[in-house]
Amino acid sequence: MTMSTVTVPAPSAAQKAAGAPDPRRLRLRRRLAQWGFVAPAVVFMLLFFGYPLVRNIVMSFQHYTPKTFFTGEAPFNGVDNWSNVFQDALFGKALWHTLVFTAGSLVGQFCIGLALAVFFNRRFPLNGVLRSLILLPWLVPMVVSGVVWRRILDQDTGVLNSFLDTLGLGGHTPWLTSPGMALLSVILVNIWIGIPFNMVILYGGLQEIPKELHEAAALDGASAWRTFRSITLPTLKPVITVVLVLGFMSTVKILDLILALTDGGPADATQTLGTLTYQNSFVQLDFGAGAVVGNVLILVSAVFAVFYLRANRTEGK
Amino acid sequence: MSKRFNAIRLRFTSWTVGRQGRDPAAPRRRRSRRAVAPLATVSVLVAGTALTGCGQQRDGDVYTVLNSSTDDSYHRWDAQAMARCSKQLGVTIEQQSVPAAQVMTKALRMASSKSLPDIVQFDASEMPTFAEAGGLVDLRTLGLGTDDIPQGIVNFGSYKGTYYGAARSVNTLALFYNKDILAQAGLKVPATWDELRETARKLTHGKRYGLALSAGGAEDGVFQFTPFMWSNGGDERQLDGPRVVEALDFWKSLLKDGSLSKSTVSWTQADVNDQFMAGNAAMMINGPWQVETLNTKKSLHWGIARIPVPKTGDKSVGPLGGAVLTVPNTGDRAREKTAGRIVACLAGQKEQLTYALNSWMVPADEKAAAVWRERVPELDALADQVAAARSRTAEVGAGWSSVSLALQSAFQSALTGESSKAALTRAQQRATSGN
Repeated sequence: MTMSTVTVPAPSAAQKAAGAPDPRRLRLRRRLAQWGFVAPAVVFMLLFFGYPLVRNIVMSFQHYTPKTFFTGEAPFNGVDNWSNVFQDALFGKALWHTLVFTAGSLVGQFCIGLALAVFFNRRFPLNGVLRSLILLPWLVPMVVSGVVWRRILDQDTGVLNSFLDTLGLGGHTPWLTSPGMALLSVILVNIWIGIPFNMVILYGGLQEIPKELHEAAALDGASAWRTFRSITLPTLKPVITVVLVLGFMSTVKILDLILALTDGGPADATQTLGTLTYQNSFVQLDFGAGAVVGNVLILVSAVFAVFYLRANRTEGK
Repeated sequence: MSKRFNAIRLRFTSWTVGRQGRDPAAPRRRRSRRAVAPLATVSVLVAGTALTGCGQQRDGDVYTVLNSSTDDSYHRWDAQAMARCSKQLGVTIEQQSVPAAQVMTKALRMASSKSLPDIVQFDASEMPTFAEAGGLVDLRTLGLGTDDIPQGIVNFGSYKGTYYGAARSVNTLALFYNKDILAQAGLKVPATWDELRETARKLTHGKRYGLALSAGGAEDGVFQFTPFMWSNGGDERQLDGPRVVEALDFWKSLLKDGSLSKSTVSWTQADVNDQFMAGNAAMMINGPWQVETLNTKKSLHWGIARIPVPKTGDKSVGPLGGAVLTVPNTGDRAREKTAGRIVACLAGQKEQLTYALNSWMVPADEKAAAVWRERVPELDALADQVAAARSRTAEVGAGWSSVSLALQSAFQSALTGESSKAALTRAQQRATSGN
């Protein structure tokens, strides 16, 4: 994307500045310069995005085992890896969990993030301090939050259940230990982690909205809700797209949080595509199967990236 | 998109840094265009050298050991042992420690870039995978003897009859109990399943559970299930067999009595130890590597016993755990020979004893183990348990990881509601399909 933003001065201006030498050499040099700008980005993308991507796709059609690391031989086995993975009941489960997890996290993060952003968009004392405090979950490494939340959510000794108990609200909720609850708990923790990101970006978007629009609405006697619906939301739409797509990309591939919280358990209740890839590749050392799940994950992300680019293009016009 | 993105990024900067961000690109526009083409070339070159730099050359007299001693005290003990062996053999030995779960993948990556270390310390359950890939050298051909090592432990370090791994020390699981709580209740240390169930039920009181164990979704939980499965005659090749189902039903009964916390399914062995130390459990299933932590709490008086068996007279069979030192196949015979001598030194009787006394594990060597028993009589029960213990990979070899994953899922399903039979039937299918 950065490649297209290279700007070149108009030829006439350049000619004047250089005292008008041979125009052909000048054009050649300009070409070179253009490629010079583009080359680092292209090389970088090919090396670090193109190569691994192609490698991953090829690997998903290979019988790739620990032996391969020694012999370098990975015989092609057609669609064996794919059919094995798709026949595995765990894959369907993981796919479903991933969808629920992503949708739940995004809805939660976005709604709370937007509410907070609107709230902080007003002027009031301690606004800055509070805003910085809300950023904290973002600053804590994912694994650290995972480990801390695991303690908080412990059924018998966790702080949350003790707190609920003192309020007389039961206090024996099996947050992470019941297959029915675990996915919900993991989603709640992820919402907590994602709120700052959503709030920061949406707050930025809100600051961009011209004040006159709101003033005009107020003069016309629009209610607060009406103003929000007819002015804030539509003008915020491009930013909302960015937030949701970026949020989607980082949520759909979730791994570290789940490994720290539940390790995919109990009874595979929190297995997602991310954890399944990890398990196939690095626990079972069946790299072909791991690559298949990884490819599915890339495909899902790619579909959304296309949506995003399209939405963005129509917006830009 | 870049424009909007910049707007957002600027906002973001002002959010975190404050409003001093000027456009940094503005005053720089007059950079010479001539610098650009060389810049691109340089970036390509840098990328190229960075990639070729992966295959590193081995240093003459420096021998590296890849291990998982990331823990402070283990790293120190290993460093001391290596320093002693360095002196004895006239070479330099260095250790490179990565987290236990990464030893295998790290070693595989090193194999593909032809930069394997001279010695790798694998967890014994992982060794067969590396051996099957053809990555290990037969230690007997490097002059290591197995005469003083009990057959069980030779098997522990062997794969398909070839001796690839020398164990320095081994460990297993045992029943740890809080002496004060048992004495107060006037109860004996349980020896059979019925006694264990009864004792655990009686000791469960208020916030305290009778027993703590780990049924977490990782190797920890499987490790803890094996003594129940094996003592009952179960077989990991037949997960849906009646003996395995009975063992899982026994776990379920403990949970149903309320003697086990419902959090059992999310606990690692370290969590179990925390619960026991905090007085939230009167007994626990755990291993000797926890002893160092246990001893930091002076007011805790704990004892250790064999894991209870189904009926009086049954043999208590636990899982054999621990790491083995292996020599990877680097193709450099001379270096491999020296590596063999280093392994012989590190796994020699003297070093074994020192290591075992430090880490509270049991020496693999018979003579060293005899001395160890005299030095730490309180862990005598553990030495007995080790003598009868069994290796996880003896029967299924490199297939253990599939069995382990299937089993984890099965006991977690069963402990959270499903019937043991149904869960284990599914596990058996999953383990044999290799997925």
